Amino acid sequence: MSSAPPTALATPADSPQLETLRGPKPMSSLREAVHFALGNRKLVFGVSVTSAMLLFAIFGPLLARHAPLTYEGGLGLAPTTHDGYWFGTTLQGQDVFSQFVTGLRLAFIVGALGGGIAAGIGMLVGFTAGYRGGVVDEVLNMLTNVVLVIPTFALLLVIAAYLRVRGIMTESVFIGFTSWPWAARALRAQTFSLVSRDFVDLARLSGRSSWKIIFREIAPNMSSYLFMMFILLFGGAILIAATLDFIGLGPSNTISLGMMMQLSVQNAALQLHLWWWFLPPGLAIMAIVGSLYVMNVGLDEVFNPKLREM
Amino acid sequence: MLRYFLRKLFVYGLTFVLAVTIDWSIPHLMPGNPVLTLMGRIQIQDPKVAQHLYAHYMRAFNLDLPLWKQYWYFWVSLFHGDLGTSILQFPSSVTSIIVHAAPYTLGLLIPAILLSWYAGNKVGALAARRKVLDNTVLPLGYALTATPYMWLAIILSWTLAVIWHVFPVGYGYDPTATRGFTSAFIGSLAYHWFLPFMSLFLVSFGGWAIGMRNMIIYELESDYAHYLSALGAPQRLIRKYAFRNAMLPQITGLALSLGAILGGALVTEIVFSYPGLGYQIYRAITNEDYFVIQGIFLFIIVGVLVANFLIDIAYLIVDPRTRIGMAGGGS
Repeated sequence: MSSAPPTALATPADSPQLETLRGPKPMSSLREAVHFALGNRKLVFGVSVTSAMLLFAIFGPLLARHAPLTYEGGLGLAPTTHDGYWFGTTLQGQDVFSQFVTGLRLAFIVGALGGGIAAGIGMLVGFTAGYRGGVVDEVLNMLTNVVLVIPTFALLLVIAAYLRVRGIMTESVFIGFTSWPWAARALRAQTFSLVSRDFVDLARLSGRSSWKIIFREIAPNMSSYLFMMFILLFGGAILIAATLDFIGLGPSNTISLGMMMQLSVQNAALQLHLWWWFLPPGLAIMAIVGSLYVMNVGLDEVFNPKLREM
Repeated sequence: MLRYFLRKLFVYGLTFVLAVTIDWSIPHLMPGNPVLTLMGRIQIQDPKVAQHLYAHYMRAFNLDLPLWKQYWYFWVSLFHGDLGTSILQFPSSVTSIIVHAAPYTLGLLIPAILLSWYAGNKVGALAARRKVLDNTVLPLGYALTATPYMWLAIILSWTLAVIWHVFPVGYGYDPTATRGFTSAFIGSLAYHWFLPFMSLFLVSFGGWAIGMRNMIIYELESDYAHYLSALGAPQRLIRKYAFRNAMLPQITGLALSLGAILGGALVTEIVFSYPGLGYQIYRAITNEDYFVIQGIFLFIIVGVLVANFLIDIAYLIVDPRTRIGMAGGGS
């Protein structure tokens, strides 16, 4: 959630919400969880929209009849069933459908990689700080606070501006390395609350290594929490990537949803009413990120009975 | 309380030093002579101009000096307000570019941040646990907060400016107007300001409304709220207490959200060709005008640190626990 954009850019709103999650509640049984999951309209909505977009990202490029970056079609064609230009063409005659599905794929890749890396660092820092305490905690906390305060988006901007060749991997890694602090902080608090419980003491007495205790005893007790954190980081990474790409720092030699919006604005698509060029990319990001957020609230309600609608 | 402030100041100081160091080291970390790299990218045909530019860069980067001296001089010129010279807008200094652009960005950001925070909290608190209102606020809030800033800006510009001509398509003011403290010019500024402001306001409004709505539900389900209602306290009183408690994480959230809305302001300005820092940074990136990029980055860092400090003070005023030195405090 730090900068990002578009925080985080997970939304500013979500971190406090995560932070107030009280200790994780053990599920009484898997069946009950499934029952509440299927009955939760938010969760069902979020999962269906996200899966639909994911399927589109996987199979869309197979349906495209033109390469995303070649100039084959008529200039600025409106959407048509003719010749496979279902989403029309750009001002220069590129196939918008093909660009759209390519961008959709990249969005999921950036989300998974960037969100995954951020979650990994957040877990490493949060677990270590919470479990070790003392000086280690002080140092890690300081580091977390520094990265939290730095407007990471501006930092990404400066770094990316100097890179000669930018790839989707570098972009994801940079996003992952700058968007973990709020997750680390939330996990640290969660770990603190678990470390003093009896079962952790018992595990310590048995002489197991710290990492085994963290991953076998502590992490499973907040698995729902970890999953929700990953969802928010995933959505945040997609938003940050779109913003970076829009500024002109997107990956070279391919096309992303943010770059589609940048090119359409640059080529006066608004003034020329080429709406098929600039509407789909933003709508897709909104659908993915929005459904992820809704899925997150749905999961929260499933795992935490107090929040269920009465 | 003093401890709280000192800790904060230490983190901010550390962040500033780190940010300046990163800003300085990025050109140095790139492989090869950064000046030759820069020259290669600018591709100047005239050898005389190229020679001049090369000398300028060598001097500006102090590349002939030992590394520690280069670093030291970077700090010295920083404190003299010297951030270098723009290539694209030669011979304007980066400082003067920032001074001219910053008011536009701040004029968008500060009202958008404060108003969206205020309105979002109010609406979110109203919507929590109120079926009818919640059913509209919740989906709307999620849709808004998931919208990329530039896309909302594109939609507003396309509908309200291009199609219906209610607002201007872009720029900071009417270029034909005479600049000055006249009502006509201020009106023109406000008229051009409205759409970029609205795009920023709406996206962050969604986030705050949802955050507050969720926080209030947590609070209403907590023990003190149940206890109050068991005592027969009026619902209004319980909600008032819930609102006060829910406020604290929202203030912390305000500090956390600065980076995101800042990124939003940069891209919104690009859509509207609004002459603020975002537009300048976009021009600098597309034209590889590196001093401008680095200078604006430093300006942003300082701005965000100052804003964080102000939010800390606000937290201190709102939460009495921080004042008497108890734990509390968001960070």
